[in-house]
Amino acid sequence: MENNIQHSDVFAIALHHRFQWEDAQQSYVILFPEGMVKLNGGAGEVIKRVDGKATVGDIVAELKMAFPDAADIEADIIGMFDMAYGKAWIRKL
Amino acid sequence: MTQNSLGDSAVQMAVHAQNNGVAANITHTQPLWLLAEVTYRCPLHCAFCYNPTDYDKHTHNELNTEQWIQALRDARKLGAIQLGISGGEPLLRDDIEDIVVEAKKLGYYSNLITSGVGLTEKRIQAFKEGGLDHIQLSMHDITEEINNFITNTKTFELKKKVAAMIKNHGYPMVLNVVIHRYNIGHIKEILEMAEALGADYVELANTQYYGWSLVNRNQLMPLKEQIDHAEKITNEFRQKVSNKMKIFFVVPDYFGNRPKKCMNGWGEVFMIVTANGDVLPCHSARVLPNMVFPNVREKGLEWAWKDSPAFNKYRGTSWMKGPCVTCPEKMNDLAGCRCQTFLLSGDAESADPVCSLSPNHYLIEQAIEDSKNPILASQPIIFRTDKNSKKYASGESRERVEEFHALP
Repeated sequence: MENNIQHSDVFAIALHHRFQWEDAQQSYVILFPEGMVKLNGGAGEVIKRVDGKATVGDIVAELKMAFPDAADIEADIIGMFDMAYGKAWIRKL
Repeated sequence: MTQNSLGDSAVQMAVHAQNNGVAANITHTQPLWLLAEVTYRCPLHCAFCYNPTDYDKHTHNELNTEQWIQALRDARKLGAIQLGISGGEPLLRDDIEDIVVEAKKLGYYSNLITSGVGLTEKRIQAFKEGGLDHIQLSMHDITEEINNFITNTKTFELKKKVAAMIKNHGYPMVLNVVIHRYNIGHIKEILEMAEALGADYVELANTQYYGWSLVNRNQLMPLKEQIDHAEKITNEFRQKVSNKMKIFFVVPDYFGNRPKKCMNGWGEVFMIVTANGDVLPCHSARVLPNMVFPNVREKGLEWAWKDSPAFNKYRGTSWMKGPCVTCPEKMNDLAGCRCQTFLLSGDAESADPVCSLSPNHYLIEQAIEDSKNPILASQPIIFRTDKNSKKYASGESRERVEEFHALP
């Protein structure tokens, strides 16, 4: 699973996709033509850091700092990148 | 960190539009989708149009720009996030630019659903600047002959030009192709055309039988074998192009054993405001008997969604009767489509006739048989024209609608 994602990779939100906070749902969402996905808290924390500049490694380090109590957070973050890339919500730069 | 750990399922729901509808797996009710059917006027005359056959009644009392903007604001407060601007042909109105600007301001993801007729360089430029997110273009066939025949217009060359214009302006290219007897044999060529045009998404929407398509059911319905073959070709093509071009194949419910979870449930995620301001849970709801639908000119959208008797009527499962009420699959399909059920059987609360467990399933089997009957199938197509609509609206024409329990 982790073969696809390297710490040096840089991602951005995919073309024609939009990431935003939705008050009515109290969650982050990704919007695209005629569809959307609602992200849970953890997934939202990852995707909101995907800005076309930060590397995966940067984001892992930042989330580890922000959430020191979360166990095995790195595998979860990489898993989230892997899924989001697989679903084409994010694109590799 | 929030209470959610990153290990939770990342995706709580996915809502994909199919044939202007949605399929999702959520149960709380917010109108995530607002479909604005801003006009029923249309320069095309498609034989499969799902608009009501008496649409002509609603072409002279359209909401004005201010009323649309208010509707957008009110729906956004209720949680609406995807906006479909549809019709008829929305570009027949000259205020779509204003609606787009407001949608952007409110944070909608806005989708213009168009035949392409009336899309000019000037207008697409204004949409781009105004923040329109996406344009869905209807295509009909790879042949000029079939395109022009089924739409009863000469629009084939125009559609190709518009597709290029959409691409040139950096929009995602989303093609919607309604599938019927006349183009189902060209699925591979249609997909190749979509790929050549640089489509990002293709919706192959098998005709569902509402409105004009119900009137023309014997003329449009393909054979089961043709649908199976089309699906096989689609799956092969999907493998070939992977994520580069996403292909949705909307399976026709007449050929399934179980009904579709229509609109993902009545009043669950989908709200339509029609040209004249009626607020509906689905496109065809006005065929249902003894129902008064809210109108934005009277009470606001919040009342319509949360409190109106019409939106509450078929929410949940308490309205169901046998065989649905004890069926282990009732949450999968919520007994199917109320409008189709009433149109075909005359009993809105019974099981959708497409279900093999429905006592009315014979109606579907008969319809499939009828569509193979060369005498019935050779009757002329009734095109969606103002003239034909006036005849249906006035009751002057009962041609091919008498077997149904409401005017389609």
